[in-house]
Amino acid sequence: MSNYIKLIVLGLITLFAAIATNYARDFAYQMHATLVMFITGGLFIWTLRNTDEPDILVDRSAEYMDDVIRYGVIATAFWGVVGFLAGTFIAFQLAFPALNFEWAQGYMNFGRLRPLHTSAVIFAFGGNALIATSFYVVQRTSAARLWGGNLAWFVFWGYQLFIVLAATGYLLGSTQSKEYAEPEWYIDLWLTIVWVAYLAVYLGTIIKRKEPHIYVANWFYLAFIVTVAMLHLVNNMTIPVSIWGSKSVIVWSGVQDAMIQWWYGHNAVGFFLTAGFLGMMYYFIPKQADRPIFSYKLSIIHFWALIFLYIWAGPHHLHYTALPDWASTLGMVFSVILWMPSWGGMINGLMTLSGAWDKLRTDPIIRMMVISVGFYGMSTFEGPMMSIRAVNSLSHYTDWTIGHVHSGALGWNGMITFGALYFLVPVLWKRERLYSLQMVSWHFWLATIGIVLYAASMWVTGIMEGLMWREVDANGFLVNSFADAVAAKFPMYVVRALGGVLFLAGAVIMCYNLWMTVRKAPAKEASLTVPVPAE
Amino acid sequence: MEEYTLLRQFADSWMLLVLFIFFVGIVIWVFRPGAGKEYKDTANIPFRHADAPAPLRGDDKPATSKEARQ
Repeated sequence: MSNYIKLIVLGLITLFAAIATNYARDFAYQMHATLVMFITGGLFIWTLRNTDEPDILVDRSAEYMDDVIRYGVIATAFWGVVGFLAGTFIAFQLAFPALNFEWAQGYMNFGRLRPLHTSAVIFAFGGNALIATSFYVVQRTSAARLWGGNLAWFVFWGYQLFIVLAATGYLLGSTQSKEYAEPEWYIDLWLTIVWVAYLAVYLGTIIKRKEPHIYVANWFYLAFIVTVAMLHLVNNMTIPVSIWGSKSVIVWSGVQDAMIQWWYGHNAVGFFLTAGFLGMMYYFIPKQADRPIFSYKLSIIHFWALIFLYIWAGPHHLHYTALPDWASTLGMVFSVILWMPSWGGMINGLMTLSGAWDKLRTDPIIRMMVISVGFYGMSTFEGPMMSIRAVNSLSHYTDWTIGHVHSGALGWNGMITFGALYFLVPVLWKRERLYSLQMVSWHFWLATIGIVLYAASMWVTGIMEGLMWREVDANGFLVNSFADAVAAKFPMYVVRALGGVLFLAGAVIMCYNLWMTVRKAPAKEASLTVPVPAE
Repeated sequence: MEEYTLLRQFADSWMLLVLFIFFVGIVIWVFRPGAGKEYKDTANIPFRHADAPAPLRGDDKPATSKEARQ
């Protein structure tokens, strides 16, 4: 029966996409409509061929739903390399403008590739890592199989479609020009549907849990899912100009629009890149260190303090603008207070190793997780400092901000994700161990040195250009033109791009290592399909 | 009173108080007597059921699936 409903829905979408392809007002929309038409058309045929076939029902309650997580792990590694490659390329474009090739103008110049890079690393790499690890963690800590059956597959593939639509849209010029929220209205609607399904799978699993308590990692993941839903809806309140085109107009105007954008933007950092990844930290560090979290009490206070404070920090992106002073002061004060729960969480993660610090010497995976928490601590100190109005007057609009973002994203999000991938692959593919620990060590050092090069060069160039912009002579005239500052930045841009090359090289080594783990490392069992007997 | 002023006044007084008391309440609740023992058990959740879900009990519905890919 459900197949007939599926067929009707798929058929209608295919028909609509076909009409949309015909009436499309811009190329990005037309390409997306064609893509959707082929995908739903293919699914229609596939569903039709499986309709009225005898159902073979299998009881899978005794095993976890891990295949969707295996796909998630592969997607994370794949999008990670794509995103790092795009980032390294645009870093070279900034240093050597000739790389904005004449033949690719309008498709592969910096302006088109930059949102592709940010979305690929945050939403494709980070998002897939969050979805995969959250599915892993919620099952293990609830002692229950994922709720909703194939709905988890819908979340995975639906999210990949969102990524592909967003990324191709940027290259073809479909953007609503809101940082980290660039996708246009129909992509936003699709993400909303996928996200509601994600929330349903996650909550459904927690509701049918067999453990009396909800482990703290799930609190962080849940805060991430719920808050991102709220942020996404409010910041994407747009009215399409035409149902046959990608252009839309936001309902907010002026400074309200700016404030909502940065309320969204900063909480994307706070709940996507912080709360969600803290969920990872609270599960994978105890697992890898083989000892429970340092203080469970601290973790609860960490959670509530973090979510109570983060939501107010957004206005620090709008110092010295049309935003009222009280709002920007509020954002600044809350950002500074936020330092405390952030470091509480950092201490909790690091102290989990107390009594087992020797593992740092022998286990490169735990080393990766520890340096990730270290970078978390560093960037959550740097961030509050930069949110202070006086500091911000120097740092804003300079590369210092870019350096800060990357020490957080490469250091904290990247390293904890690599650590989680190294933990997950042997477990999910039932291998005894990783293919090579030495390669993990190589990855660790390449990535660390890459981040240090990146952050250090951006500090230098950021503070330098900030000082150059504000330098005035005895008569009050500006000393430097904007182009002077750009020219002075060249050496630091090259160093930054080289840092990116090192980080990318580390990620490629990781992919090879994980691939060989699946192919060559000794297997625990003959086949993946043999379920592990219940304890 | 216009809407903005009303909301501002509410946010600056009662809502601020409610959120603050809620937070302080959580901190006090975390340190309630006997919490340490309970949290010790909760903190060990990741080390149970690592390989397979807990067996079904009572009126639990089995997770049947007809997915071809599985």
